Amino acid sequence: MNNKYLLKFDWYTFLVYCALVSIGLTNIYSTGHSQGENMFSLGHTFGKQLFFSALGILVIFFVQFTRVKVYERYSSIFYLIVLVLLVGLFVFGNEVSGAKSWYSVAGFSFQPAELAKVVTALALTKHLSEINTDLRNISHQITAFILILIPAFLILPQPDPGSTVVFLSFLLVLHTEKLPSRYILVFCGVVILFIITLLIGHNLTTYVVITIAVIYIIGMRNKKRRKVFLPTILVVLLASGFIQSVDYVFENVFEQRHRDRFNIVLGREVDTQGIGYNINQSQIAIGSGGMFGKGFLEGTQTMGNFVPEQQTDYIFTTVGEEWGFVGTFFVIVLFMVLMLRILFTSKRQKNKFSRIYCYSVVSLIFAHFSINLGMVLGLLPTIGIPLPFLSYGGSNLLAFSLLLGIYLKLDANRVNEW
Amino acid sequence: MRKNLLYILVIGSGVIFSIRLFSLQVSSSDYESMSLQNSVLREYIYPERGYIYDRNGKLIVENQPTYDLMVVPRQLRKIDTIEFCNLLKITKTTLRKKIKEAKTYSTRKPSVFLAQLSKSDYAALQEKLWKYHGFYVQKRAARKYNSYSASNILGYISEVNRFDISKDPYYQSGELIGRQGVEKTYEKILRGVKGVRYSQRDKFNRVIGPYQKGELDTLPTQAQNLYLTIDIALQEYGEKLLQNKRGGIIAIEPATGEILMNVSTPTYSPNLLVGRERSKNFVLLKNDTLNRPLFDRGLQGQYPPGSPFKLVNALVALQEKAITPRFRVLCNEGHYYGRNDFMKCHCSIGTRNRLNSGIYNSCNTYFATVYRKTIDGYDDPKKGMNVWSDHVKSFGMGNFLGYDHPTGQKGFIPNAAYYDYWYPNQRWAATTSISNAIGQGEVLTTPVQLANMTATIANRGYYYKPHFVKRFERDSIAKKFRERNYTTIDSIHFEPVIEGMANVVKWGTARVARVPGIEVCGKTGTVENFVKINGERVQLTDHSMFVAFAPRENPKIAVAVFVENGYWGGRWAAPIASLVIEKYLKENVRRTYLENRMINGSLLDEYLKPLSDKPFQINE
Repeated sequence: MNNKYLLKFDWYTFLVYCALVSIGLTNIYSTGHSQGENMFSLGHTFGKQLFFSALGILVIFFVQFTRVKVYERYSSIFYLIVLVLLVGLFVFGNEVSGAKSWYSVAGFSFQPAELAKVVTALALTKHLSEINTDLRNISHQITAFILILIPAFLILPQPDPGSTVVFLSFLLVLHTEKLPSRYILVFCGVVILFIITLLIGHNLTTYVVITIAVIYIIGMRNKKRRKVFLPTILVVLLASGFIQSVDYVFENVFEQRHRDRFNIVLGREVDTQGIGYNINQSQIAIGSGGMFGKGFLEGTQTMGNFVPEQQTDYIFTTVGEEWGFVGTFFVIVLFMVLMLRILFTSKRQKNKFSRIYCYSVVSLIFAHFSINLGMVLGLLPTIGIPLPFLSYGGSNLLAFSLLLGIYLKLDANRVNEW
Repeated sequence: MRKNLLYILVIGSGVIFSIRLFSLQVSSSDYESMSLQNSVLREYIYPERGYIYDRNGKLIVENQPTYDLMVVPRQLRKIDTIEFCNLLKITKTTLRKKIKEAKTYSTRKPSVFLAQLSKSDYAALQEKLWKYHGFYVQKRAARKYNSYSASNILGYISEVNRFDISKDPYYQSGELIGRQGVEKTYEKILRGVKGVRYSQRDKFNRVIGPYQKGELDTLPTQAQNLYLTIDIALQEYGEKLLQNKRGGIIAIEPATGEILMNVSTPTYSPNLLVGRERSKNFVLLKNDTLNRPLFDRGLQGQYPPGSPFKLVNALVALQEKAITPRFRVLCNEGHYYGRNDFMKCHCSIGTRNRLNSGIYNSCNTYFATVYRKTIDGYDDPKKGMNVWSDHVKSFGMGNFLGYDHPTGQKGFIPNAAYYDYWYPNQRWAATTSISNAIGQGEVLTTPVQLANMTATIANRGYYYKPHFVKRFERDSIAKKFRERNYTTIDSIHFEPVIEGMANVVKWGTARVARVPGIEVCGKTGTVENFVKINGERVQLTDHSMFVAFAPRENPKIAVAVFVENGYWGGRWAAPIASLVIEKYLKENVRRTYLENRMINGSLLDEYLKPLSDKPFQINE
């Protein structure tokens, strides 16, 4: 490290990181706050998180001293090690509140799923940056999907559906690297059709799809019409089949709690005491904050522990209640600045690996950010995903610190990498 | 190009979340109250309602605990219903009905199963209560009355209704408010100000500490005790004297305007409006349209004043220089005031009355002449009428007296505008309203106004506004009760009238009112009155009326007594007034024969007459 390195180091990203972690610490302090307890002891959530924050910064610092090629070259080894750790969970995993997601070592718990996100990002980036990789090629597509799906399926039965869903975000990375658009289109189409069918019923949805198809065919010029006719019919048939299966999947494959979560978001059910309790309480907490919030340590919902999982997945409700719209808007701006900053810097990366890694980082942060806030604000069904940097949780914070640290290292090395 | 999707997603989600947050936090305020509802517990601390004492410091009203039996339907278990019903003295149907009612309200929240159990009922229940899951007892405060008397003065308290709550946001559902009497007038003093304590709750509804470090909490302001001007012994005595008779006794201390007693019969015991039977009793009292126990005859009854009003007319005439005390009038069992209009009088033919004998003989001819001279002293009867009216009103008649009790009536003193309305185009003169001269005709007064008039005469020209409260525990009474209200009559004119009043008792119409050793000044009244029965105007037996003050010098008590359909003034009203005076000034009544006659006398037959649907004799 020298002065040159310090000049090239992306201080903006690092400052935003520090800001987000500090905000997280402040709000964890608030949720765990009670009279007569030493907040700084390691037995306390705040004390622990403070310790992990220091560790996180240490990780970033340490990564800056490593050789940049390590991450590219050994990505597949890291990937394999983590896969072994994930498999090992089935045997040695420590069960916490129904999920076998943890290794317990000397009083600290460690969640390999978080690390899996980082190493999958590295492995996928490595695969995509190979000189001969072309995602228009079906075998390369399959390799990429396998890289994503193995850890995803290892995590799913823990059970940790939240982390599994996060792996879907790598689809965005593939998309930027010329994965044919139909994958994204089909994915979006399936999700949209699913929701519309739940909302307006399968008959009506089928009519809508057929109507759109007819208008599409009529709108074509004669020559082209003949060409698109058969594929369109095929799409309509597939879509209709899917639509008919939605009810079956919803009623029989989904469990009741999943159905309830959908019903609440879709406004089909309002039960503020049972299954809707979480979302109702978190909206009350956020909504009662108003413009400027109730002030640090003054949140009545927070003090009364009305919002379950408040220090982890629902940390944003504390921000909303105690700091108001000013606070929540500030947090959203910080996240946007972080993601946009990384997207902008991706342009100045001189090699493919660094550039694609930028996309991976943004995709991961985006997945957590959008799913967590969507859930907390009642726009998406409840899925347990922490808000990066803010939520209580050592593994998550360390994993994201590592993710950012590697990005910072790659970015700072953009000139003298060879 | 393809990474534009990432830009769009990042910016798009940021915008969507910001909009959602804005709508949740800034543009909607529902969540704030929802948050307070589920996380902040508000408890009220009620100060004990103030006690009420009489003028001698005797405790009249205090508080007693009563017990509400509460039920939480969800916690109910199978119970021995027969034993339970016997304990509470209810039937099984009531039990079922009450539980059903409670369930309709809420299965989890407690509702009142039986309100206001007495101490003895509670004692019996308490031993067995452990058997009945879902029932518990809540303690509440209720009034306790140490006297069966003065219910019309004290008033009563009851739970606030929706109207009270909308009128004064201080009150919450279930709280108590003074409804009538001094309980209502001095509600704020008697209740104090409740304190409030906010606590932070957690999700299990447990209190985990003060809310905002208790900054919003307030301490209750203690209620104040009330010292009435009433002499409760005198009040009870008055009620005893008036039993089985309808009427009122109001006594005022002239030197202060303090109301010593305000009896109105038939009356009711204040204890009727406390406890479990409260609403039942209230309906009974309210629906008793014959006896009208809730009607305060002393404050609300508007009657023609009768002969006592002659005193005022004499004073007005003296002030207007229409007569002097030596002015003399000839009476021939009455006189003609128009060609065919004769006013009767009980003076024998050829009687010549001056002011003094006019008063003690209660000569109608004399006062009719005096009244005409007063009105006709001006060129225009309008002017004369208004001058007369203003003089009379300066005695506090024709309007509310401004006392500290929520009920009352104005009475009525006519003026020129009134006669102009009924006799337009100047078709009226002094003779039109000649009945006013003897307190009949258009004038109406309430007994408290007559008592105040008597006090004014006793004071030789001024009065203090009558009031029921002597002092509070901490504050002093309103300024309006501590200042003199002067009449428009100069004080020199009172002495001749008082001389006449003294002679009324010495050798006039009320010799029965003599009290040994005390010079009583009084005036009798025999008030003609009419009612409509089946659309016909029917005359009933005259009201018996008497006003008096004593002693003549340095008067201590001015009293007005009114007995409905009691015939002449000396028959009921004058003896009762003199007994009250004797009781108040001498403490012991030595004329026991008179006392017994009054206590045992009953006018119930008289009151049944107009209801009997048969022809009846009056004044017999």
